[in-house]
Parts: sequence; C-alpha cells; structure tokens
Amino acid sequence: MGWFTRRKEGITTRTKDKKETPEGLWYKCKRCKVIVSNEDHRKNLWVCKNCGHHERINAPEYFQLLFDEEQYTELNAKMTSGDPLKFEDTKKYTDRYQASVAKTGLNDAVSTAYGQLHGREVVIGAMNFNFIGGSMGSVVGEKISRAIDHALRNELPFIMISKSGGARMMEAAFSLMQMAKTSAKLARLGEAGLPYVSVLTDPTTGGVTASFAMLGDINIAEPNALIGFAGPRVVRETIGKDLPDGFQRSEFLLEHGFLDFIVERNCLKQRIDQFLGMTYPLEWDTEQTAS
Amino acid sequence: MDYLDFEKPIEEIEAQLKKSRDLEQETEVDMSKSIRELEKRLVSTKKDIYKNLSAWQRVQLSRHPQRPYSLAYLEAITAGDFLELHGDRHVKDDKAMIGGWGKLGDFPVMFVGQQKGVNTKMRQYRNFGMANPEGYRKALRLMKMAEKFQRPVVTLIDTPGAFPGLEAEERGQGEAIARNIYEMSKLRVPIICLIIGEGASGGALGIGVGDRVLMLENTWYSVISPESCSSILWRSWDYKAQAAEALKLTAEDMLKNKLIDDIIPEPLGGAHRNREEMFEVVQKRLLKEITALRKTPVEKLLDKRLEKFEQMGVTKG
Repeated sequence: MGWFTRRKEGITTRTKDKKETPEGLWYKCKRCKVIVSNEDHRKNLWVCKNCGHHERINAPEYFQLLFDEEQYTELNAKMTSGDPLKFEDTKKYTDRYQASVAKTGLNDAVSTAYGQLHGREVVIGAMNFNFIGGSMGSVVGEKISRAIDHALRNELPFIMISKSGGARMMEAAFSLMQMAKTSAKLARLGEAGLPYVSVLTDPTTGGVTASFAMLGDINIAEPNALIGFAGPRVVRETIGKDLPDGFQRSEFLLEHGFLDFIVERNCLKQRIDQFLGMTYPLEWDTEQTAS
Repeated sequence: MDYLDFEKPIEEIEAQLKKSRDLEQETEVDMSKSIRELEKRLVSTKKDIYKNLSAWQRVQLSRHPQRPYSLAYLEAITAGDFLELHGDRHVKDDKAMIGGWGKLGDFPVMFVGQQKGVNTKMRQYRNFGMANPEGYRKALRLMKMAEKFQRPVVTLIDTPGAFPGLEAEERGQGEAIARNIYEMSKLRVPIICLIIGEGASGGALGIGVGDRVLMLENTWYSVISPESCSSILWRSWDYKAQAAEALKLTAEDMLKNKLIDDIIPEPLGGAHRNREEMFEVVQKRLLKEITALRKTPVEKLLDKRLEKFEQMGVTKG
C-alpha cells in the first residue's frame, strides 16, 4: 500500500504549461533520458555517461576530437552551392539553403581540413547532419574531391567521417554524379597506395553509403549507428513486415561483414592512429630493404 | 500496342484509319481520299504530340510496357551471337541483371544490363529490373573479365532503382554499388553506358560510369524517381509531374547540364513504335563509339573518364 493514492487518472501537463529548461545548461540523453550538465557531456565527447548513446555531432566537434591540440586548417571553407537546377518544391532550394546556413553557421553538409593526428599529418572530412540532413550535393562532392586531391598532392592519409541521409534531391542528377566523382577520386588515392579510413556514424544512408562511405581500406563505425542503402521505412514498405531488432545498425553490419570494427568515440583517434601506423608512410618497404 | 493517356488522339485516328481501310476492302468503295486525309492528320498529330513532350510524359514513355528491354537489344545488335553468363560467384544469379559476351559487328564486347520482364510472370522473375547486390557483383565480375581480355564494355541501363529489400541490405547493397562505381572509374578498357529506359539513382549509376554515357531520347536519369521525390518533398504522391519537371531528368536536360555525353534519337513515338529501326540505330552508334574509343591510349582514356566526372557539379567560392 502506497503512502499516496492517485485520485485522478492521467494527469498530464499541457504542452503550453510545460516549463522550458534554459538552453545550454543541461543535456538530456535521447535514449535513456538521463540528464547531465552540458559541460560534462562535452567532456565525455557527447556520449551519454549512463547508456553510452553517441549523440550526433558535426564536423567542428570531430575536428576538435581528432586533430592534435584542436589545431587544423580548413579547406574550401567558403564553398557554397550554385543551385544549378533552380529547384523549387514547396520551397525554393536557395531559401532552404540560406535557412540552413543561418541555422547551423556552416556553409554546407561537409567540412574538410588538414592537420596533425598524433603527430602525423592527415586530411579529414566530416559531415554536418543538421545541414539539410547531411545530404550530398555539388559542394559535398567537390569538397571531398578536393580534400582527396590535397591528400594525393601531399601523400597524406585521408579520413572521412560520414553522417548523411544520402544524395541531395534538390540538385538531382548533379548530386548523383558526386557519387561517381568522389569514388573515382578515391580510386586514385588507392592507386597511390595512400590509406583511406571511412568512419560511419549515425546515420549513414543512401548515396553516401553507396559511394565513399563503403570504400575505406577499413570501414569502421560508432556504436549503434544507422547504416544502410535504403532507409528502414522503405525496406519495411517493400517487404511488408516489421524489421528485426538492430536491423541496419553498426553491430548488424559488423556481423554481416561490412565493417572492420566498431569504435567508441573516445577510442576513435587512437584506433585510427593505430591503423595508420601499420599502413603509412609509404616508404617503409624500400627503407627496410635499403638498410 | 498500348496507348498512353496523351497518345489518345493518335489512337483515335489510327482506329478510324483502320476502319476506313477495312471498309474499303469489304465494300470495294473507294475511300482513298478520306484515308489520305486521315494519314496526313495522323502524321501531323504525332508530330505535335511527340515534339512537345513534358518531362512526365517522357517518364511514361520510358516505362511503356512494350518498350524493348536489354535482352531484346542484345539479341538484335549481336545478330544472335550472344553468350549469356550467370552468377556472382558468391551467393546467386540475379535475374534482374544480365550479361555476357556478344559480337558487335566484328568486335567481341562484354555486355551487362538490367533486365525487366515482358509479362506479369516475367516481371516478377526479373524483379521489375531492380537488382540485388549479387546483380551488381555479377556485373563487376563480367566487367573484370572484359578487362582481363582487353575487350570493351557496354552497359544497358533500365531500372526503377536498386532493390530496397531486407536481404539486399544484409548483403550490402550500398557496398556493392559503391564498389562498382570505384572499379568502373579505373577499368582499363573502354566503357559505354546507354540508358534505354529508366535510370534511377544509385541503381543506375552502379553500372553507369563510363567513357561515353548516352541516353535514348525518351528516357530519364536522376537521383530519385518523380514519384518518390513527390512523396518526400511534397509529402504526397500527386506532384509527380511537377517533380519530374523540377528534377530536370530528361535526356535533353541532362545533356544541357553536361551530365551525359549525347542523346540517341528514337523513332517517332518511341523505341517501341519501331523496334528494328531502334536496334539498328543503337548498333551503329555503339560501333562508332567503340571504334573511336579503341584508338585512345588507356592512360588517357582513364584521365578523361575521371576528368569528366570531376567537372560535374556547380559550386561557388
């Protein structure tokens, strides 16, 4: 017998009466709902201390995480889209684009930079999911392509952190061809014997999965990230059945042989470094034979 | 022959024409004047309709049930000298993706392409031209074989998309398509890609990277079908015509945006109105392209292939 008895059933606070917690102080985990201070959350690399949920973060956060002393030089930071098709659905593409720039303070769905990772120069690309769903249009393709050029010119490893809903519809076939552009460039990187690490994070789907995200010398992923070609809703509609638990999650892909390993965010830098230590620099063989 | 909605005026005239001819035969009354009149009207009506097709009408033509599919082209353009090959050597043989050796004139060529079914039963058998990962891997196996024997590759693209099924995801649909794009970008033999019907998104691009990318006149090629685009951006299936317009997916628009290399004209009213003529045009064009590409040294060929895709995209700053 409880101390109190409920006299009225279903007491809920109406949305308009709910009190907002001031922004910027607390973080409530999307999965386990545990609340921690934003400061602690940031210190824990935006991973929930309670349940290990990896919160989605953007390129600047990954750059802070991976580059030594948070020092890096961004490539083509000012590049924006040209709206080649004058695309308009219920809104104009240019309006959507400007709204995203204003909202995120970023210029498109990918940022690319070079700097040191444990003392080794590398080129890193990372995607911004809250910029039109991290979708790939001309800018994303072009910036990745040029980042790979930078890696090729300077004989550097390339690391790509994917987080995208796929190709950007508002640039239609231009978006589609970015899959060809980025993959063709990666083929050149491969021919040059330079390492390419693909890091898949929540979510990575569509045209990004069907191009650069799946082409790493190693493909690695953060835990429980949604990774697939078709989105889960489309698959469910196709087969007319509910999807099994864990379908299209990192662990599922690892089990089916499409990932090399799953990596927690706090180990990401160390594991990438470990891999690069095995595969780079290129001169290892010749120097060994010479000595 | 099935008529599409916008072809109804043609259907009517053709029906009248047939009636007049039948009547003339039965009754031996001279109908030649009205027949000539009708024939004239038929030609001008056809011209009017087919000269001013909207993007959505092109999409409908590209899906016309009587349109020739890959195997029909292959039978015709190789004059029957076609050796179909099967299987991806991993899990199975994908019926939505076909391929094999064929003689194009004097040249042995490796062909791959999506295949749609010609009737209800076959449509299911061919999975509506939607390949699974094993289809893309079979295509890659065959293209690698072409590279080994230094023979050109011709791909015929006709798909509403890569299959979005559960097993497809388990077996890595994304990886399969990505791998094909990657490998095709550096395959050391000439590649010609021809869109003969629908070119939907990654499913098309998975066999779509080449030195020449050509589209038949009444086909479409884009990142998404007009229907799905409508459902996502307009949140309704009813805006497919607007979506088709907005996506700039016709051969004409694709050429204007420099996303393909050329357009191959179709017989008036579409490939299905005169299949033999269509096959002949395609065969001649492929022969011409192969003859030209074979003269280019392979390193130059690969540089130009990369350069072409490198230049696609419009950015500022």
